[in-house]
Amino acid sequence: MKAVITVTGKDSVGIIADVAGVCAKYGANILDITQTVLSEYFAMIMLASIDGLTIGFSEFVDILSALGTGRGLDIHTMHEDIFNTMHHI
Amino acid sequence: MINTQDVLETIQMIREENLDIRTVTMGISLWDCVSEDVGRLCDRIYDKITRRAEHLVAVGQEIEKQYGIPIVNKRVSVTPVSLIGGDTSPEGYLRIAQALQRAADAVGVNFLGGFSALVQKGMTVGADRLISVIPEALAETRNICSSVNVASTKAGINMDAVARMGNVIKRAAYLTREEQSIGCAKLVVFANVPEDNPFMAGAFCGVGEPETAVNVGVSGPGVVASAIRRAGDCDLSELAEVIKKTAFKITRVGQLVASEAARRLGVPFGIVDLSLAPTPAVGDSVAYILEEMGLESCGAHGTTAALAMLNDAVKKGGVMASSHVGGLSGAFIPVSEDAGMIAAAERGALTLEKLEAMTAVCSVGLDMIAVPGDTPEEVISGIIADEISIGVANNKTTAVRLIPAYGKTAGESVSFGGLLGRAPVMPLNSYSPAKFIRRGGRIPAPIHSLKN
Repeated sequence: MKAVITVTGKDSVGIIADVAGVCAKYGANILDITQTVLSEYFAMIMLASIDGLTIGFSEFVDILSALGTGRGLDIHTMHEDIFNTMHHI
Repeated sequence: MINTQDVLETIQMIREENLDIRTVTMGISLWDCVSEDVGRLCDRIYDKITRRAEHLVAVGQEIEKQYGIPIVNKRVSVTPVSLIGGDTSPEGYLRIAQALQRAADAVGVNFLGGFSALVQKGMTVGADRLISVIPEALAETRNICSSVNVASTKAGINMDAVARMGNVIKRAAYLTREEQSIGCAKLVVFANVPEDNPFMAGAFCGVGEPETAVNVGVSGPGVVASAIRRAGDCDLSELAEVIKKTAFKITRVGQLVASEAARRLGVPFGIVDLSLAPTPAVGDSVAYILEEMGLESCGAHGTTAALAMLNDAVKKGGVMASSHVGGLSGAFIPVSEDAGMIAAAERGALTLEKLEAMTAVCSVGLDMIAVPGDTPEEVISGIIADEISIGVANNKTTAVRLIPAYGKTAGESVSFGGLLGRAPVMPLNSYSPAKFIRRGGRIPAPIHSLKN
């Protein structure tokens, strides 16, 4: 199973490191990252395998969301199924 | 592989355009609760609902987290109580309503539907007694919803029931006068009622339904309005395509949530209701879609045509996205729950007569409309009869949820807060249908040949 982590907000040093740190800490294996900065606006979509997650998915979602709030970023973590279902027949 | 554009589109729909799952409703059959002793009947009802729906709210919350999509309401619908209450006394029916309220409290749902009767052809003793205490049941409970099916295309219209419901609605308004007649917001009068509807106040678990089933109602007027805005100055053929594609995406989320909820709860998946259900939140309005399509205001001439196209495109897009479709499927036009409808009614662009015409081509009917508190019950019955005949003649579901707001006159407004919203009190035609309504009897089922 995979989770899609989207991070948006004002750019600053260490965003990827922090998000990746949380993933590493709780056993989410990062598979792919797309990231850009558009006039100081940071946007990243990260795909991570959550099969080896050491905590519940809900908790993982909350931890990342709290990290975002602390840094003034919007971090959403969603199961990949919602994207596959909506956009592929 | 996940496409960046798809991810961003989904997140925008949820965050900015109010895409949500409006309701996950668990239908629970109460047939096996039947007992001669009303105390025992109530205990069995409470036990069954609390057992079957024990995890409903928690599972809903887990799914919200998993997919990052809000599930606004978790609800329960049960077998129409008049069918399982039998010849229980009117007081007994009130005790059942209280038992349902206790069960709703215990499982944490915000509405429980099924204090209902099906009387399209005539009334059983049970239906008669249940209907006689609907106003009291609505006043004495907070989260129990009631519905009465008074007509069907096959049976015709039970005008005795229509006459009676005028009185029931007035009494419900009076008994809940301290709370802006909110009792009436929990009571729907139907024609051709669907048995698997997940939406309140009309949800119940029909006679052909399984022991339990998960039915899901989707939403997303804001998403459709934004898609139309982005489509720009295209013709209506193209616009219909845009709406279909958007409805497909919205409904796929409903299907995903419904299957996941059914799997986690260990009950069969019932249906997805292909609905465009507005909320009072700005941007989550069906009226705004119609205005985005090119009307200066909802209610302008052209509204019925725009709504007919919208409703049809939503169904066409949604049907392919779900394995089973049912319920009320279509665009809802509840006045108090739709910021654009409220505004249109307040500026005088949207009248009751126009709303009635609109219901011929979309889902449900005259929904959440406040009318003056001194409206005679025969006039309420007349409004019901008109709306119900649109459903019967057109072989579709129609319904009436009117609020004769106690002590209020046209031009004032009532406010219920939350999803029920705020309704401007709309003026009514003051000529009396009393003699017609008092005739009673049944309007025969319409012929479905020689269509004109």
